[in-house]
Amino acid sequence: MSVSPDDPYLQVRDLQVQFPTEDGLVRAVDGVSFSVRRGQTLGIVGESGSGKSVTSMAVMGLHNAARTKLAGEISIGGTNIVGMHDEKIREMRGQDMAMIFQDPLSALHPYYKVGVQIAEAYRVHHPSASKAEAAKRAVDMLDRVGIPQPQRRAKQYPHEFSGGMRQRAMIAMSLVNDPALLIADEPTTALDVTVQAQILDLLEDLQREFNSAIIMITHDLGVVAQIADDVLVMYAGRAIETGSVEQVMRSPQHPYTWGLLASVPSLHGDAEIDLVPIKGNPPSLINLPSGCAFNPRCRYAGQNGNRSFTEAPELRSTGQDGHHVACHLSAADRLRIYQEDIAHAGVAQ
Amino acid sequence: MLRFVIRRLLLAVTTLFAISIITFVLFFAVPSSPATVMCGKNCNPTQIAQVEHRLGLDQPLIDQYGTFVKGIFAGRTIGEGDFARECPAPCLGYSFRTDEPVLDIIKRTLPVTVSIVIGSAILWLLIGVSLGMASALKKGTIFDRLAIGTSLVGASLQVYFFGLVLLLIFVYSTGWLTAPSYTPFTQNPGQWAYGLILPWITLGFLNSALYARLSRAQMLETLSEDFVRTARAKGLPKTKVYTRHALRAAITPIVTIAGLDIGAALGGTVITETIFGLQGLGKASVQAVEDLNLPIVLATVLLAATFIVAMNIIVDLLYAVIDPRVRLG
Repeated sequence: MSVSPDDPYLQVRDLQVQFPTEDGLVRAVDGVSFSVRRGQTLGIVGESGSGKSVTSMAVMGLHNAARTKLAGEISIGGTNIVGMHDEKIREMRGQDMAMIFQDPLSALHPYYKVGVQIAEAYRVHHPSASKAEAAKRAVDMLDRVGIPQPQRRAKQYPHEFSGGMRQRAMIAMSLVNDPALLIADEPTTALDVTVQAQILDLLEDLQREFNSAIIMITHDLGVVAQIADDVLVMYAGRAIETGSVEQVMRSPQHPYTWGLLASVPSLHGDAEIDLVPIKGNPPSLINLPSGCAFNPRCRYAGQNGNRSFTEAPELRSTGQDGHHVACHLSAADRLRIYQEDIAHAGVAQ
Repeated sequence: MLRFVIRRLLLAVTTLFAISIITFVLFFAVPSSPATVMCGKNCNPTQIAQVEHRLGLDQPLIDQYGTFVKGIFAGRTIGEGDFARECPAPCLGYSFRTDEPVLDIIKRTLPVTVSIVIGSAILWLLIGVSLGMASALKKGTIFDRLAIGTSLVGASLQVYFFGLVLLLIFVYSTGWLTAPSYTPFTQNPGQWAYGLILPWITLGFLNSALYARLSRAQMLETLSEDFVRTARAKGLPKTKVYTRHALRAAITPIVTIAGLDIGAALGGTVITETIFGLQGLGKASVQAVEDLNLPIVLATVLLAATFIVAMNIIVDLLYAVIDPRVRLG
């Protein structure tokens, strides 16, 4: 199946991911839709437990079918993988979509040489390639992600690499089959700040070279600002705000997004202004608060005739093209609150 | 690598010396005298003194220990006058009771124990590890519950119960098997295996229960590791994910524990040998302790310690082979 270059390579529609447990049904992802074109980056932002990693695992088809209920549509290059046979998804995995994980030390196998691990990823999708060809391909990939002396490095074990080099190797492994979609799950969280920037630069370069669609999963809005084109803010398994980076960072609409922005230290902001953490904890996904899941933590929940306590808000357009928010506050209220309480607080941008 | 081995060997020798000294001291701390035990109830003090003199037990402790050590490295002369005998190195002395050279006793009993251990270790590793791995992969299914339930039973059983039940069923009730016996492997391999099948099953089944539980836990832990997720994310087929990636990592701690268990078992599988009437090292050592037969006690204790120390070194070396992160030094 082919898609026209203008169509999104990844199209997720009304994705539901649920895990039946003894305590009840966990609605980890509840009705999320998004799409990514080749050459574009979507940042998915949220706290732990917001469903961002579960979403990415669903796109990779990595959930255990026996213990997971999947619904909706995940269309990758025109093929819907929801309900598809495991073996068919396996053939796509690593080939059409690939993934980079948070901690490259634990994500690489400690007992195999880096080159061997990359070559293995290549050979599984190129069965006709000889061992020597795959090994050469691995060295080429290490070279491409900026690892010096790739020939020698390929023969080393992951523990002999530094953190940044390890993540580069991980990226080399994920790109070895030229996947059109790359999912990066907090790829810089485990790294030094200086190395973080290098890895993000590398991803941008590679994206240009491979024209890949990237999903960047992170809780770090700085990362989103640097690398993403579009942003999806998730809370308790739902999308609560989506839009372009410009829209979401410059005129955030959801109180949760405000909270995220206010809790990021800014280099350019006023050092006197305290960071404001979002009070409270993410809700249990088994027993969500009724109405808007964010209401127990929202300072403005009472401002709209208590609708926040009874009715879950739908994702609606803010009036700006492509910018959507799920909040009961009226547009006027949001603008007023943002200008009075939030904007001066020196948010990230 | 070489430096590691040399250092560990030196440490091993020191350990063994320390153990021999402790055994010596403990032996003489016991308030009964070997001479009295050997001489019998009707001996008078003069006769006891003669026996003590003949055994060298009237010498100061340090001299006795010195003689023992010298015997191991250089050989020694035992007894005096007409009774004097040359005991070439490595001389472990003569049995107080039967006058048989201790070295001969070891040569006779050790192969029995080694045979029991090798056969049962193969069984318990094969059955235990594969059962544990399989239940981890089928976690929560009936197979898993059945396997874990059986292994719980196995882990709670004792050799002296399970072994006796097997004997009762296969030998005394049905007569399907003859009572276990030892035939040297070199003499007749078939007879060797036939005679040891019940002890193998006994030790093999009971230990495989423990190893099944251990392997299952290891495998479950490994399956939740990030690198297993990576292997799946690459699109590797399940079999490769489970064997090349998960099993490879899960097996490491099992190798360690198996090595130490085998080392400990080689020192004597006392209960198994006793139940099945096999004249192995364990039985010989228990008998020697009862008889206050110092030369045999010393030799068996040292041998058991040697096995444990040696297996420790082997396990450490293996570890470095299996896990590239381990550096010897």
